Amino acid sequence: MENKPKKLALIATQGTLDWAYPPFILATAAAAMDWEVGIFFTFYGLPLLKKEINATVSPASNPAMPMKMPFGPEGFRNFNWPMPNMLMGNMPGFEAMATSMMKKTFKDKGVATVQELRDMAVEMDVRMIGCQMTMDVFGFKKEEFIEEAEIGGAATFLEFAADANISLFV
Amino acid sequence: MSDIKAVQTLDTSGLSCPLPVVKTKKAINGIAIGEILEMIATDPGSIPDMEAWARQTGHELLESHDEGSKYRFFIKKTH
Repeated sequence: MENKPKKLALIATQGTLDWAYPPFILATAAAAMDWEVGIFFTFYGLPLLKKEINATVSPASNPAMPMKMPFGPEGFRNFNWPMPNMLMGNMPGFEAMATSMMKKTFKDKGVATVQELRDMAVEMDVRMIGCQMTMDVFGFKKEEFIEEAEIGGAATFLEFAADANISLFV
Repeated sequence: MSDIKAVQTLDTSGLSCPLPVVKTKKAINGIAIGEILEMIATDPGSIPDMEAWARQTGHELLESHDEGSKYRFFIKKTH
Protein backbone atom coordinates (compact mmCIF):
# COMPACT_ATOMS: atom_id res chain seq x y z
CA MET A 1 0.00 0.00 0.00
CA GLU A 2 1.35 3.42 -0.88
CA ASN A 3 1.38 6.07 1.80
CA LYS A 4 -0.35 8.72 -0.23
CA PRO A 5 -3.61 7.71 -1.94
CA LYS A 6 -4.15 8.54 -5.58
CA LYS A 7 -6.42 11.46 -6.21
CA LEU A 8 -9.25 11.99 -8.71
CA ALA A 9 -10.70 15.44 -9.39
CA LEU A 10 -13.92 15.67 -11.39
CA ILE A 11 -15.93 18.57 -12.71
CA ALA A 12 -19.61 17.69 -13.26
CA THR A 13 -21.22 20.17 -15.62
CA GLN A 14 -24.20 18.26 -16.97
CA GLY A 15 -27.49 17.59 -15.24
CA THR A 16 -29.25 15.20 -17.60
CA LEU A 17 -29.90 11.63 -16.48
CA ASP A 18 -27.37 10.11 -18.86
CA TRP A 19 -24.59 12.61 -18.08
CA ALA A 20 -25.24 12.43 -14.35
CA TYR A 21 -23.84 8.91 -14.34
CA PRO A 22 -20.18 9.25 -15.36
CA PRO A 23 -19.02 11.44 -12.46
CA PHE A 24 -20.74 9.27 -9.83
CA ILE A 25 -19.59 5.99 -11.41
CA LEU A 26 -16.00 7.17 -11.60
CA ALA A 27 -16.14 8.69 -8.13
CA THR A 28 -17.49 5.56 -6.45
CA ALA A 29 -15.13 3.24 -8.33
CA ALA A 30 -12.14 5.41 -7.41
CA ALA A 31 -13.23 5.67 -3.77
CA ALA A 32 -13.62 1.88 -3.73
CA MET A 33 -9.93 1.73 -4.73
CA ASP A 34 -9.02 3.90 -1.73
CA TRP A 35 -8.45 6.97 -3.87
CA GLU A 36 -9.24 10.43 -2.63
CA VAL A 37 -12.06 11.91 -4.76
CA GLY A 38 -13.54 15.36 -5.17
CA ILE A 39 -16.29 16.53 -7.53
CA PHE A 40 -16.97 20.15 -8.40
CA PHE A 41 -20.62 20.59 -9.42
CA THR A 42 -21.04 23.57 -11.65
CA PHE A 43 -23.53 24.99 -14.14
CA TYR A 44 -26.05 22.30 -15.11
CA GLY A 45 -24.28 19.78 -12.92
CA LEU A 46 -25.15 21.69 -9.75
CA PRO A 47 -28.71 20.28 -9.38
CA LEU A 48 -27.11 16.85 -8.89
CA LEU A 49 -26.45 18.01 -5.33
CA LYS A 50 -30.14 18.61 -4.64
CA LYS A 51 -31.69 16.34 -2.01
CA GLU A 52 -33.90 14.76 -4.68
CA ILE A 53 -32.32 14.29 -8.09
CA ASN A 54 -34.87 14.84 -10.85
CA ALA A 55 -32.62 14.32 -13.85
CA THR A 56 -34.27 13.59 -17.19
CA VAL A 57 -32.92 12.65 -20.59
CA SER A 58 -33.84 14.04 -23.96
CA PRO A 59 -33.15 12.31 -27.28
CA ALA A 60 -33.11 15.77 -28.87
CA SER A 61 -29.68 16.47 -27.44
CA ASN A 62 -28.39 12.94 -28.05
CA PRO A 63 -28.75 12.20 -31.76
CA ALA A 64 -26.90 8.89 -31.43
CA MET A 65 -28.98 7.59 -28.51
CA PRO A 66 -30.06 4.03 -29.27
CA MET A 67 -33.81 3.72 -28.92
CA LYS A 68 -34.35 0.20 -27.62
CA MET A 69 -37.44 -1.05 -25.88
CA PRO A 70 -36.84 -2.24 -22.32
CA PHE A 71 -39.67 -4.76 -22.56
CA GLY A 72 -41.15 -7.34 -24.91
CA PRO A 73 -39.62 -10.33 -26.67
CA GLU A 74 -35.90 -10.37 -27.34
CA GLY A 75 -36.09 -9.50 -31.02
CA PHE A 76 -38.30 -6.55 -30.19
CA ARG A 77 -35.89 -5.39 -27.49
CA ASN A 78 -32.78 -5.68 -29.59
CA PHE A 79 -34.27 -3.77 -32.46
CA ASN A 80 -32.93 -0.25 -32.73
CA TRP A 81 -35.99 1.84 -33.47
CA PRO A 82 -35.18 4.26 -36.27
CA MET A 83 -36.78 7.19 -34.53
CA PRO A 84 -36.05 10.60 -35.91
CA ASN A 85 -34.81 12.02 -32.63
CA MET A 86 -35.12 15.65 -33.60
CA LEU A 87 -38.78 15.11 -34.37
CA MET A 88 -39.50 12.94 -31.34
CA GLY A 89 -37.67 15.39 -29.12
CA ASN A 90 -40.26 18.01 -29.98
CA MET A 91 -43.21 15.76 -29.25
CA PRO A 92 -44.98 16.55 -25.96
CA GLY A 93 -44.37 13.83 -23.40
CA PHE A 94 -41.55 12.24 -25.36
CA GLU A 95 -38.84 13.33 -22.96
CA ALA A 96 -40.78 11.81 -20.04
CA MET A 97 -41.15 8.60 -22.02
CA ALA A 98 -37.48 8.49 -22.98
CA THR A 99 -36.55 9.14 -19.33
CA SER A 100 -38.71 6.34 -17.97
CA MET A 101 -37.46 3.99 -20.70
CA MET A 102 -33.87 4.73 -19.81
CA LYS A 103 -34.56 4.31 -16.09
CA LYS A 104 -36.25 0.98 -16.71
CA THR A 105 -33.43 -0.24 -18.95
CA PHE A 106 -30.82 0.76 -16.36
CA LYS A 107 -32.77 -0.94 -13.58
CA ASP A 108 -33.17 -4.14 -15.62
CA LYS A 109 -29.43 -4.18 -16.33
CA GLY A 110 -28.56 -3.86 -12.64
CA VAL A 111 -27.33 -0.28 -12.89
CA ALA A 112 -27.74 1.71 -9.69
CA THR A 113 -29.78 4.90 -9.77
CA VAL A 114 -27.90 8.18 -9.79
CA GLN A 115 -29.17 8.84 -6.29
CA GLU A 116 -27.92 5.46 -5.04
CA LEU A 117 -24.50 6.11 -6.53
CA ARG A 118 -24.41 9.53 -4.92
CA ASP A 119 -25.34 7.99 -1.54
CA MET A 120 -22.44 5.55 -1.93
CA ALA A 121 -20.12 8.37 -2.86
CA VAL A 122 -21.17 10.27 0.26
CA GLU A 123 -20.65 7.17 2.37
CA MET A 124 -17.13 6.78 0.95
CA ASP A 125 -16.24 10.38 1.79
CA VAL A 126 -16.17 11.73 -1.74
CA ARG A 127 -15.81 15.47 -1.40
CA MET A 128 -18.63 17.32 -3.17
CA ILE A 129 -18.24 21.00 -3.87
CA GLY A 130 -21.16 23.05 -5.18
CA CYS A 131 -20.33 26.09 -7.26
CA GLN A 132 -21.24 29.30 -5.45
CA MET A 133 -21.46 31.33 -8.65
CA THR A 134 -23.90 28.86 -10.23
CA MET A 135 -26.02 29.01 -7.08
CA ASP A 136 -26.20 32.78 -7.35
CA VAL A 137 -26.94 32.75 -11.09
CA PHE A 138 -29.66 30.08 -11.03
CA GLY A 139 -31.03 30.94 -7.59
CA PHE A 140 -30.18 27.82 -5.58
CA LYS A 141 -29.94 27.81 -1.78
CA LYS A 142 -27.59 25.65 0.24
CA GLU A 143 -30.59 24.17 2.10
CA GLU A 144 -31.75 22.56 -1.16
CA PHE A 145 -28.58 20.47 -1.30
CA ILE A 146 -27.53 17.38 0.61
CA GLU A 147 -25.85 18.17 3.92
CA GLU A 148 -22.53 16.74 2.79
CA ALA A 149 -22.22 19.30 0.00
CA GLU A 150 -19.80 22.11 0.63
CA ILE A 151 -19.97 25.37 -1.25
CA GLY A 152 -17.00 26.91 -2.95
CA GLY A 153 -15.64 28.49 -6.06
CA ALA A 154 -13.10 27.72 -8.75
CA ALA A 155 -10.20 28.30 -6.39
CA THR A 156 -11.57 25.78 -3.88
CA PHE A 157 -11.75 23.10 -6.56
CA LEU A 158 -8.42 23.99 -8.15
CA GLU A 159 -6.64 23.73 -4.82
CA PHE A 160 -8.04 20.21 -4.44
CA ALA A 161 -7.18 19.32 -8.04
CA ALA A 162 -3.68 20.81 -7.90
CA ASP A 163 -2.05 17.52 -6.93
CA ALA A 164 -4.63 15.14 -8.43
CA ASN A 165 -3.41 12.21 -10.51
CA ILE A 166 -6.43 12.48 -12.77
CA SER A 167 -8.64 15.48 -13.50
CA LEU A 168 -11.68 15.16 -15.72
CA PHE A 169 -14.26 17.60 -17.00
CA VAL A 170 -17.54 15.77 -17.52
CA MET B 1 -14.05 -25.52 -7.29
CA SER B 2 -11.68 -24.08 -4.79
CA ASP B 3 -10.35 -25.21 -1.41
CA ILE B 4 -10.10 -21.64 -0.25
CA LYS B 5 -12.10 -20.96 2.88
CA ALA B 6 -13.86 -17.63 2.72
CA VAL B 7 -15.31 -16.03 5.84
CA GLN B 8 -17.96 -14.26 3.81
CA THR B 9 -19.62 -14.51 0.41
CA LEU B 10 -20.78 -11.45 -1.43
CA ASP B 11 -23.15 -12.07 -4.33
CA THR B 12 -23.35 -9.20 -6.81
CA SER B 13 -25.22 -11.21 -9.45
CA GLY B 14 -27.23 -8.98 -11.76
CA LEU B 15 -25.39 -5.81 -10.77
CA SER B 16 -23.47 -3.65 -13.20
CA CYS B 17 -20.39 -1.45 -12.95
CA PRO B 18 -19.34 0.00 -10.56
CA LEU B 19 -21.40 -1.94 -8.00
CA PRO B 20 -19.37 -5.19 -7.84
CA VAL B 21 -16.24 -3.21 -7.02
CA VAL B 22 -17.98 -0.81 -4.63
CA LYS B 23 -19.70 -3.64 -2.75
CA THR B 24 -16.46 -5.61 -2.62
CA LYS B 25 -14.74 -2.66 -1.01
CA LYS B 26 -17.52 -2.39 1.56
CA ALA B 27 -17.35 -6.11 2.34
CA ILE B 28 -13.55 -5.99 2.67
CA ASN B 29 -13.94 -3.22 5.23
CA GLY B 30 -16.08 -5.59 7.27
CA ILE B 31 -13.64 -8.50 7.55
CA ALA B 32 -10.34 -8.85 9.42
CA ILE B 33 -6.84 -8.71 7.94
CA GLY B 34 -5.85 -12.12 6.62
CA GLU B 35 -9.44 -13.20 6.10
CA ILE B 36 -10.81 -14.09 2.69
CA LEU B 37 -13.87 -12.74 0.91
CA GLU B 38 -15.60 -14.69 -1.82
CA MET B 39 -17.31 -12.50 -4.42
CA ILE B 40 -19.70 -13.68 -7.11
CA ALA B 41 -20.58 -11.52 -10.11
CA THR B 42 -22.36 -11.80 -13.43
CA ASP B 43 -20.90 -8.62 -14.89
CA PRO B 44 -18.23 -9.72 -17.42
CA GLY B 45 -16.44 -6.42 -16.78
CA SER B 46 -15.83 -7.54 -13.21
CA ILE B 47 -12.84 -9.66 -14.29
CA PRO B 48 -10.57 -6.84 -15.44
CA ASP B 49 -12.15 -4.55 -12.85
CA MET B 50 -11.42 -6.82 -9.91
CA GLU B 51 -7.83 -7.27 -11.12
CA ALA B 52 -7.42 -3.49 -11.33
CA TRP B 53 -9.14 -3.03 -7.98
CA ALA B 54 -6.78 -5.50 -6.31
CA ARG B 55 -3.70 -3.84 -7.83
CA GLN B 56 -4.90 -0.42 -6.69
CA THR B 57 -5.96 -1.37 -3.16
CA GLY B 58 -3.17 -3.85 -2.50
CA HIS B 59 -5.58 -6.59 -1.41
CA GLU B 60 -4.70 -9.97 -2.83
CA LEU B 61 -6.83 -11.50 -5.55
CA LEU B 62 -6.11 -15.16 -4.81
CA GLU B 63 -8.25 -16.68 -7.54
CA SER B 64 -10.76 -15.75 -10.18
CA HIS B 65 -12.93 -18.31 -11.90
CA ASP B 66 -14.93 -17.89 -15.06
CA GLU B 67 -17.82 -20.29 -14.60
CA GLY B 68 -19.60 -19.34 -17.79
CA SER B 69 -22.53 -17.32 -16.60
CA LYS B 70 -20.90 -16.41 -13.28
CA TYR B 71 -17.55 -15.16 -12.12
CA ARG B 72 -16.14 -16.07 -8.74
CA PHE B 73 -13.34 -14.21 -6.97
CA PHE B 74 -11.41 -14.89 -3.77
CA ILE B 75 -9.85 -11.84 -2.19
CA LYS B 76 -7.58 -11.78 0.84
CA LYS B 77 -7.61 -8.66 2.95
CA THR B 78 -3.98 -7.65 3.39
CA HIS B 79 -4.13 -4.43 5.39
